[in-house]
Amino acid sequence: MTIKTIKVGMASCGLASGAEDVYHAIQKNLPDSIELKKTACLGFCFAEPMVEVIDEAGKSEFFGYLTPRDAEKLLNNTLPDRKLLISQKRDAPANKQLARQVRIVSRHSGSIDPENIQDYLDDDGYMALKKVCSSMSSQEVIDEMKASGLRGRGGAGFSTGLKWQFAKDAAGDKKYIICNADEGDPGAFMDRNILESDPHSVLEGMAICAYTVGAQNAYIYCRAEYPLAVKRLKKAIADAEEMGFLGDNIFNKGFSLHIVLKEGAGAFVCGEETALIASIEGKRGMPRLRPPFPAQSGLWEKPTNINNVETFASVAWIINHGAAAYAAYGTEKSKGTKVFALAGKIKNTGLIEVPMGITLREIIYDIGGGIKDDRPFKAVQLGGPSGGCIPADLLDTQVDYDSIVKTGAIMGSGGMVVMDDTTCMVNIAAFFLDFTQNESCGKCTFCRIGTKRMLEILQRIQNGEGVLEDIEKLEYLSEQIINSSLCGLGKTAPNPVLTTLRYFKDEYIAHIKDKRCPAGVCSALVHFEIDEEKCTGCTLCARACPIHCISGEVKKLHLIDQDSCISCGACYTVCKFDAVIRT
Amino acid sequence: MEINIDKIITKYKGKDGIAIPLLQELQELEGYLAPESIRYLSEHTGIPVAELYGVATFYSMFYLEPQGRHIIRVCKGTACHVSGADTLGVAIRSYLGLSEGENTTSDSRFTVLEVACLGCCSLAPVIMIGDKTYGKLAVDKIGKILDQYE
Repeated sequence: MTIKTIKVGMASCGLASGAEDVYHAIQKNLPDSIELKKTACLGFCFAEPMVEVIDEAGKSEFFGYLTPRDAEKLLNNTLPDRKLLISQKRDAPANKQLARQVRIVSRHSGSIDPENIQDYLDDDGYMALKKVCSSMSSQEVIDEMKASGLRGRGGAGFSTGLKWQFAKDAAGDKKYIICNADEGDPGAFMDRNILESDPHSVLEGMAICAYTVGAQNAYIYCRAEYPLAVKRLKKAIADAEEMGFLGDNIFNKGFSLHIVLKEGAGAFVCGEETALIASIEGKRGMPRLRPPFPAQSGLWEKPTNINNVETFASVAWIINHGAAAYAAYGTEKSKGTKVFALAGKIKNTGLIEVPMGITLREIIYDIGGGIKDDRPFKAVQLGGPSGGCIPADLLDTQVDYDSIVKTGAIMGSGGMVVMDDTTCMVNIAAFFLDFTQNESCGKCTFCRIGTKRMLEILQRIQNGEGVLEDIEKLEYLSEQIINSSLCGLGKTAPNPVLTTLRYFKDEYIAHIKDKRCPAGVCSALVHFEIDEEKCTGCTLCARACPIHCISGEVKKLHLIDQDSCISCGACYTVCKFDAVIRT
Repeated sequence: MEINIDKIITKYKGKDGIAIPLLQELQELEGYLAPESIRYLSEHTGIPVAELYGVATFYSMFYLEPQGRHIIRVCKGTACHVSGADTLGVAIRSYLGLSEGENTTSDSRFTVLEVACLGCCSLAPVIMIGDKTYGKLAVDKIGKILDQYE
């Protein structure tokens, strides 16, 4: 096989795993006959750094887990089979995982160079915008979006076509559109990846939307924690303006659009659309009462349409391939595909795009490869702080907006954090409550104080100081907060508590009645000691201890200083000889 | 110093919705938002001090105290949480000798902050130093990473 092209994945996850060094190592010995390209992320983050090798016949193979030392073998075609991930020529471990996916939003992720607009243009880039500007009326675009069944991918799942209709029908000649790139759900990172891997698809979607609703100005509100996404977006906007896909008089059709990139300043609540608008206006990001909805009165009190990154990134494909092609995927009420982020205790962490209606089990086991170290599955957390924990006996639940809501969780932006038997569900509930009470903007009393009181109760339970009445109190407070909060943050904040109470009440009871944490996580309820018989003196525990309270020489018995020990369990997790006893 | 602040003020004065970008640029210039600088901004833009403080205390990226030369962001996202982020945070603070309630080392080399999520969940647990992300971390890797920073 003669290598024609090598592509190195250079998104955040690749770079954090050392992709830059791999790239330079390949570049150093690169023969003139091979083209070396930078691309972004295919979604197989667990195997980063990754490269794609394409031969003269156009057949491709992906290799993972690379180090700079692999560069020579890569160029000689002598990489060991264990580094092979995906192949068009032979059996490879991740072939099946890729085959299960339908890649619409992520069609370019990991294949094009996100910083080179020509790569995007070579694959029908900005053709949908051209089609819309030259041959479709606003209403035709909206009808197409409605027919596609696309629902907002940010979490609420509202019909995109309908949203655009409201904005188009709103009175006023000055209108705005906003791309919500304030991806704040811990556990979700698909928007970051779209912005890093294929920024032009978002810009094209925004331009089509602006043309349709009649907006001349647009904002992208991107969180500042995503420096690479911000950098690539800035370049993409400048390149698109230079080539006339943005700016004045696009395609000579008299339509103009100016996109401004706004960097967020760090507030989760700004993912809520009215809070986001307040933040762009330079104020504290506090939500306000709706109606009026942003479509009537949004940014600077003008009609405003807001969609999230993944929604905008779906638009060009729908226009190019037709609403029917998109609606052919998915279920009756949840059409198309959705990108999910797999993280936590799952083997194949990363991003996948699948048709709606696939089951959780298929995602976690067939595509995700199952649970790390083959431990038992306990729950999958969906929808971030607004979502919930779904237990093992609901693994056959279909993933669509409505089925997920029935479990008590929500689809949210598509973050799935998998948990095994080492995760304590009371601790997880407290973790999310800590998050929401921190991020509550403080406007609604029930959200501001209620979440705080709930957190205190959960902390008490974790400390072994809970009483059975606490469970009722948690349920009561949850109801109050849901009913009395203005925005989605407060209305959904109790969900992690309610779902863990619903499916894992026995764990709460164990903490309260038996003063025991079944998962061995809650530090006030666990105690660690080293077994004299089993300790081999390997020093692993001493090196893993964050506060260095384990002493002992090599090949000699180790000892935990009980006065300093914080019961974090790091020693227990790393010991290979079961020599750390947890009681 | 004031010459540079004046440049920022000139850039934004008279425009709408400028409180956040003003404070962002001020912080970029001076490293944090000092009370006298906020007052100076207020006097020369007409935005009340209360409003500037309101914004500065609302968003987590604004610092009201001087920060270390390198900012370590310890990710506390869900994936990192279930993968040992707490232990990692304790280890970093212990390595740097920070006592409770203290975030910046006495030599101003590091400031340690917790962040909600860095969006690198597939590599949990994760930290970010400056703009560089470190993933799949373990307690025994901390020293080697931190020692690279002057």
